[in-house]
Amino acid sequence: MSRVLNHELIFNICPDRYVDLPTYCCHGGYTALKKVLEQAPETAIKEIEEAGLRGRGGAAFPTANKIKMVRSNPSDLRYIICNADEGEPGTFKDRFIMTHIPFQLLEGITIAAFLAGAGHGYIYIRHEYPEAQRIMRESIIEAQKSGLLGSNIMGSSYNFTLELFSGAGSYLCGEETALISSIEGKKGRPRLKPPYPTEAGLWNKPTLINNVETLSNIPKIIQNGAKWYRSLGTQDSPGTKLISLSGDVNRRGLYEVPFGISFNQIINKYGEGTKPGRAIKAVNIGGASGVLIPPDLLDTPLEYLACAKTGITIGSGAVFVLDDTRSILANVHNRLRFFLHESCGKCTPCREGLRQTNIIMDRLLSRKAVKTDIDTLTRYTRAIQDASFCGLGQAAGNSLHSSLMYYAEEYLAACQDNQLSHNKEVTA
Amino acid sequence: MNSIKEIIRQYGGNTGLLLQIILAVQDAAPLNYLSEEAVNEIASEMNISRSRVYSTASFYSEVSLKPRGSHVIRVCSNAPCENAQKALILTSIEKELGIIAGQTTPDRLFTLECVNCLGACYMSPAIKIDETIYGNLTPDSAVSIIRRLRKEHQNEQSA
Ligand code: SF4
Ligand code: FES
Repeated sequence: MSRVLNHELIFNICPDRYVDLPTYCCHGGYTALKKVLEQAPETAIKEIEEAGLRGRGGAAFPTANKIKMVRSNPSDLRYIICNADEGEPGTFKDRFIMTHIPFQLLEGITIAAFLAGAGHGYIYIRHEYPEAQRIMRESIIEAQKSGLLGSNIMGSSYNFTLELFSGAGSYLCGEETALISSIEGKKGRPRLKPPYPTEAGLWNKPTLINNVETLSNIPKIIQNGAKWYRSLGTQDSPGTKLISLSGDVNRRGLYEVPFGISFNQIINKYGEGTKPGRAIKAVNIGGASGVLIPPDLLDTPLEYLACAKTGITIGSGAVFVLDDTRSILANVHNRLRFFLHESCGKCTPCREGLRQTNIIMDRLLSRKAVKTDIDTLTRYTRAIQDASFCGLGQAAGNSLHSSLMYYAEEYLAACQDNQLSHNKEVTA
Repeated sequence: MNSIKEIIRQYGGNTGLLLQIILAVQDAAPLNYLSEEAVNEIASEMNISRSRVYSTASFYSEVSLKPRGSHVIRVCSNAPCENAQKALILTSIEKELGIIAGQTTPDRLFTLECVNCLGACYMSPAIKIDETIYGNLTPDSAVSIIRRLRKEHQNEQSA
């Protein structure tokens, strides 16, 4: 599904190609792990640091720093968790990595575990991905048989065991502390941070948690070096990003793009633009917790800094295109319903706030709202954003805020009193 | 079929693996759900309270405390699927089965659920039946998948 558009790739995912262990090894697979096991861990950590790799799950935290934090915490045990709970609507990159290039992920996990000093790890895969679970389970067994997992990996003194853990249908478990609670057999509710998982994570031990895409970058960085990696993206955001492109484009799919290209290029070059005669109305970036932006912001480059300036959250890399036949309100409502459903109920602003905003959205969509409802909506979402305990509530209003900023007229047009005054003007 | 005892033994009776045990017990149950008896048995076998089991079980949407059909149909409700006319797919399935989302057919063959993104948004509207994802659906193609499954079931019965 990735199409080569004159740039080198880190993932090389083809929709119909599964890369088995021998093939992966033929293409340099596991040379990185071998190299790492023969060096001082600091050398590889430095390479990752110089490459400038940042977390690809959404938070964009520098990966090398996280590894160092876990490593430097004195403890008898340390864990690694690969976060494969991809639940962000509109995102399917981790699923493709697991079902197509599972050994690249396994190599990445093993390297990261070694660098962090972890002897045991989990891959937490959402329940909705049975195929990914099956392939990863089989790949773990194969890696064990080939001496790439387990005791004395590749003839070294390093021992590392990896287990698969299945989620059970909770979006919130993608949040790292909720995910830890879930592995501990409890409800997947978030905990207060600090302490951060790097200090006190799974069973209160230092734990490295990274996303599937992040970990899968590591073998390539070690294999080809930080300099090569930096040649792919921009100064601010090195490397490439997997983009899940969906919605009203001609060619939906998963694309690996170099950082620095614009959203317009993603949509037009990779997605081959919108349907004939249709224009883009809005683009949702970063999934349900992301923002809705108008077409004139689409020249923004895909880059952490540039996006932050424009208020765009790259998040997991979902790009969802809405053409001019779509209703902004209906789309925002869909996201708010999603968050209401996924709210764990632990804190009031998120639990009750989302209930109320959904009631107002219902009124707006059934044309029973009045203008003051929009003010209430704004106030409520601000409160949810400011007072919620975890990232779910804090980000739940992102698409609402951005749409109120760029598409206020649609909200106004949906209000009853607006219609009334409009009619009056017409009849007067 | 695995008995609950056996499943717990496989997981070493580790309370940390409670969620995995619950999922395995549910998978082994003929009606695809976690019954009250199963909860009781897990609690007494693992020496934990029933409320502890319920607390974990009820939090996760893929754990059902109500009997379900042999095939669970999951219709994705998120924006990319909704925009791709998920509503039409849902109504056509509801009409075919004579039930609405959240219900099970009287013959206990199908349960219809609305779920979150299946990671198949590049072929929205998408649904998942048991372990398989079907994408780029039309109301007709959705209905024909269900009819095929029903037919397979009838063939198994008469065989
Ligand atoms: S913000 Fe929402 S999801 Fe997060 S803890 Fe509060 S209620 Fe739970
Ligand atoms: S939104 Fe339906 S599969 Fe992703």
